[in-house]
Amino acid sequence: MGEAIVVTSGKGGVGKTTTTANIGTALALQGKKVCLVDTDIGLRNLDVVMGLENRIIYDLVDVAEGRCRLNQALVKDKRFDELYMLPAAQTKDKTAVSPEQVKDIILELKKEYEYVLIDCPAGIEHGFRNAIAGADKAIVVTTPEHAAVRDADRIIGLLEQSSVESPKLVVNRIRPGLVKSGDMLDIEDILQVLNIDLIGIVPDDELVIKAANNGEPTVMNPDSAAAIAYRNIARRILGDAVPLMQLDRKPGAFKKFKKFFGMG
Amino acid sequence: MTVKSKHVRIKGIKDGLVFLLDDKCPFEDLLNELRYKLEHSHQNILTGPIVHVDIKLGSRSVTEEDKAAVLDILKGQGNLLIRSIDAVVEAAETDPDALFIISGIVRSGQVLHHDGNLLYLGDVNPGGTVTCTGDIYVLGALRGIAHAGVDGNQEAIIAASLLTPTQLRIADVISRPPDEWGTRESSMEFAYLSSGAMQIDKIHNIFKIRQGLNVFKGV
Repeated sequence: MGEAIVVTSGKGGVGKTTTTANIGTALALQGKKVCLVDTDIGLRNLDVVMGLENRIIYDLVDVAEGRCRLNQALVKDKRFDELYMLPAAQTKDKTAVSPEQVKDIILELKKEYEYVLIDCPAGIEHGFRNAIAGADKAIVVTTPEHAAVRDADRIIGLLEQSSVESPKLVVNRIRPGLVKSGDMLDIEDILQVLNIDLIGIVPDDELVIKAANNGEPTVMNPDSAAAIAYRNIARRILGDAVPLMQLDRKPGAFKKFKKFFGMG
Repeated sequence: MTVKSKHVRIKGIKDGLVFLLDDKCPFEDLLNELRYKLEHSHQNILTGPIVHVDIKLGSRSVTEEDKAAVLDILKGQGNLLIRSIDAVVEAAETDPDALFIISGIVRSGQVLHHDGNLLYLGDVNPGGTVTCTGDIYVLGALRGIAHAGVDGNQEAIIAASLLTPTQLRIADVISRPPDEWGTRESSMEFAYLSSGAMQIDKIHNIFKIRQGLNVFKGV
C-alpha cells in the first residue's frame, strides 16, 4: 500500500502544481512508482506543466462517474515508465465530484503506486475538501510573503482538524538577495508563525518558468538550483537526512575576478 | 407612588404568564415592585379568567421563606394560578478569579472563546482570535486579535510574552498598533483600559492597576 500526499497552500500562485510535478518527477527519478492526481477541476494545469496535455483521453470526473475504468484515465509520462498522471476535467467545476468519490479513487491508486501526489486547488472550499479526502500526509507550499504565510496558516489549521497527518512545509521562491537585505521574510520568521516541520526550501529560479512552459519539470535539469532543491525534498520524503540547501552561495570565480578589478 | 425601575417583567406566553424577576436588585425592592404592579399598574391583564403563572427568579439564591413571600403576594390576586417557581442554581459556585489554562496554537481563521479568565500557552497567529469575558494571558506570541472583557468588563486586561497583535480589544474599546501606542521594547507587556483608552505597559507595572495581586509576602 503506497501513501497519498496532498500538495496544498490556500493561496493561489505559490507553486502547488510546480511542486507536485517536480516532487513527483524527482520520486520517479529515484525509481519509485508514482501517480500524480490533479484535483483542480475546471482549471487543470498539472498536465500542461508535465507536458502531457495532448495525451489526455479520460479524466477524474469520468472515473468518478463510471464512464471509464481508472486505468483508462491514467496518462503515462513520456520520460518515465513508472510515472503516471490522473488529469482533472476542464469542462466541469469542483462540485462535479464528491470527497468520497476522490477518496475511493486515491485508495485504488494507493494499491498500485508507492506515492500518490495530489495537486490541490487554491481555496478552502469544496475543491480543497476533495483534495484532502484521500490523503495520508500533506505538504503545505508557501512563499516568503505575508499573504501566503497567512493562508498557509489557515490551511494548516484546517488540516489539523482533518484526518491528514501533521503537514510538512515547503518554502518556495526564496530570493536570497531580498532576504539578506530584509525585504523578504526569512525562513525563521515563517517557521515561527507556522510552527510545523520544514521539508524543503526552493530558491526562485527562472529556469522553473522556462521548464514549465516547455512541459518539462525543472527537476530534469541538474543545472537548476530549484531542481536540486526539489530532488532534496524527494529524498527527504523517502526518509534520507539531507541538509538544507545553502541559499547564499559563494560568488563564482568569474565574479571574484570582476571584483578584483573593481568591476563587481 | 410610581415605580420607575424594571425589576419585575411580565411576559405573556401561549398558555399563561411568566414573571421574570430581576436577580441583581435587593429582594425587598423586588417584593415592593411586584406588589405595586399587581395592585396598581397591571389591573387590565391581571383580572378576569384564571391564568397560569410561571415565576422565574433568575440566578438569585433564594430560601424557602423568600419563595413563600413571593407566592403570598401573587396569591393576593385570586385569578393567578401558580404553576412553577424556580431559580437557576449555579452548577458549582465558580470562582470569578479562576484561571482556565489551555495550550495549543490559534491559527488564522480560528476563534478561541472562553468564559472567565484564560491562560493560553502557545501562539495566537495573525488572523486568529481569542475572546474572553475576563482577562487574557498569553504565554507565547500574540500576533492575532485578542478581545478581553467581551461582555463589557472594562477592568479586563490582556498580557502576552510577545505583544505584537493585529488588534487589541477590551470591552468595547478597539486599538491597533503601532500608531496608537508608540514604539516599545520587546519585553512581556500587558494592555489595559485607562479612562476608556487602551494603554500598554510592562508586565511589572501590573500591580498598579491590580492591587489585589499584591499579597502579603512576609516581613
